[in-house]
Amino acid sequence: MTTVTEPRNPRTTAPRPKRRKRAAAAVATMRPHWTVYAVLAVFLVASVFPFYWSFLIASGDRFTINDPNMSWWPGGNFLENAATVIGNPAVNFWKALWNSIVVSTTTGVTTVVLSTLAGYAFAKLRFKGSNALLIGVIATMAVPVQLGIVPLYILMQEFGWTGSVGAVILPALVTAFGVFWMTQYISQSLPTELIEAARVDGCSMIRTFWHVGLPAARPAAAMLFLFTFVTQWNNFMWPYIVLDPQNPTLPVSLSILQANYFVDYSLVLAGVLLATVPLLLLFMFAGKQLVSGIMAGAVKG
Amino acid sequence: MTTTQQKPSVEPPPGKNRPHPPLTWRQRLGRLDVKLSPYLYIAPFWIVFALVGLFPIIYTAVIAFQDWDLVRNTGEFTGWDNFAYVVQDREFWLSLRNTFSIFLLSSVPQVIVATIIAAMLDKNIRAKTFWRMGVLLPYVVAPVAVALIFSNMFGDRYGLVNSVLNDIGLSSIAWHVDVIPSHIAIATMVNFRWTGYNALILLAAMQAIPRDLYEAAAIDGAGTFRRFFSVTLPQIRPTMIFVIITSTIGGLQIFDEPRMYDTNGQGGSNHQWETITLYLYKTGWGEFNFGRAAAIAWILFLIIVAIGMLNFAVTQRLIATDSVARKTKKSRTASKAKHIKKEVGK
Repeated sequence: MTTVTEPRNPRTTAPRPKRRKRAAAAVATMRPHWTVYAVLAVFLVASVFPFYWSFLIASGDRFTINDPNMSWWPGGNFLENAATVIGNPAVNFWKALWNSIVVSTTTGVTTVVLSTLAGYAFAKLRFKGSNALLIGVIATMAVPVQLGIVPLYILMQEFGWTGSVGAVILPALVTAFGVFWMTQYISQSLPTELIEAARVDGCSMIRTFWHVGLPAARPAAAMLFLFTFVTQWNNFMWPYIVLDPQNPTLPVSLSILQANYFVDYSLVLAGVLLATVPLLLLFMFAGKQLVSGIMAGAVKG
Repeated sequence: MTTTQQKPSVEPPPGKNRPHPPLTWRQRLGRLDVKLSPYLYIAPFWIVFALVGLFPIIYTAVIAFQDWDLVRNTGEFTGWDNFAYVVQDREFWLSLRNTFSIFLLSSVPQVIVATIIAAMLDKNIRAKTFWRMGVLLPYVVAPVAVALIFSNMFGDRYGLVNSVLNDIGLSSIAWHVDVIPSHIAIATMVNFRWTGYNALILLAAMQAIPRDLYEAAAIDGAGTFRRFFSVTLPQIRPTMIFVIITSTIGGLQIFDEPRMYDTNGQGGSNHQWETITLYLYKTGWGEFNFGRAAAIAWILFLIIVAIGMLNFAVTQRLIATDSVARKTKKSRTASKAKHIKKEVGK
């Protein structure tokens, strides 16, 4: 977690002793056998194929799926199908897209800000009970979401929030994982001397956080934002329970789409692709960050 | 001028007992700042958690013992009735069976394939970033979308899988009728989304293995496979355990995929692929029996805890048989972090 860039491969960077046996040197530098690429390629194709398949169906018409001689080239109806999905009032596509953007962005930002604040406090500030409280944070991560789902719903009813996106945002404002993640990162990457220097120079606590803590936490904060964004974008069960069909998020609107068009898979899968495209775009720009985020969390943390 | 007047009062007492000059309001504010700030910084998390985490968990335990009235939003104490009903309900046992079956079909192949892919990615391949990103691609797709795509591919009459089966001379499989085939289809969705993710976690663990170990093994005459089984696997054991435990926690809560597997979302006409969470949903928001739903939530929670512990014991032993039992504290905390991370990701 100290670095965001992926660790350089020790095999290529480590100085190689000259008089090692050949076998050993071979292990270290050998380019892999072609079967390695073959296995990876098969896996990659399996990962991408379902999207291609959906596009094949989504670019055809309602009969494409039943056609025994179905072509492996896409048809020309994708835009038409997409327009049908978007135009369907029951699906509420634009509203769902907007709600998904609002929910994912809001929870992403609040999670990052609140987690960084708390993580900074846990990592760098001394206060009574900090250890016990941090253990409390970690313990809350182990409890499954479903355990509290019934009272959460009752609570939202009491607030009168059922049906509004606020009911989806509130439980996701900040996560225990986020706090834990930022605590780990800040305690490793931010030198305490910097904070002390700022304090000596007369910065208040919050200014110190703002000018020293926050900039140091930026790489981890970016990853946390990405993970929160993806998780909330894909979240289904709770929004499905608490939102109305008139005011859905994208996954909820997909379930409506399925219920409406179960006979016409070209429309259902066109909707699926429409809902997936924003995340695929995000992945193209930030996929590298996601990869190093997952790997960084695994190595240290 | 004022300073000269004050001077004598400050100077005289030398030793430790010198009284502090009275604090200015700025200094007092500064002290308050130092003392209060940490609590203010962690307060937002705890407030949110108390409201949407702690309170619901405690209240679930209360509601589980009540016959909840949705109109008046109050309940009547009924003792263990909800639990008794659930335990005697055939649907509960079927959904328990399905949950376990789907969980086994998804987690076992997933961990094996993820380990293989991680080992391939750990080789000195070209275009590392490309492969790593490619492997992660399915992770960003919503489970709902994945479910819709795969339920189409596993269609009973016109599905892609069945037509391939027919092409190679096998008969069609009733993916949406039979129990095990429906579990296989749903497990495939889970595997599709999570295998690459787990492969990256395992890859990170593999990259932390000191390369001298491989060189030493090679000098001793170990081939590729021997190196994998005798060096790689024992070294990534802690990570492995937590990948398994997190897929347990996630797998036992599976909802999106079975809910979207057919248009009714009821888990099949004979509960073929109804999972516990789906059962919880149907009880809570289909029958609107909140008391019983809360009881199911508690039962599910206890099952997850029990299986998690069992899992831990078993995997610990299985993987330990071959290893040098090097349990450094560091590696354990590292994998704990990742375990938590994964759970949140789901």
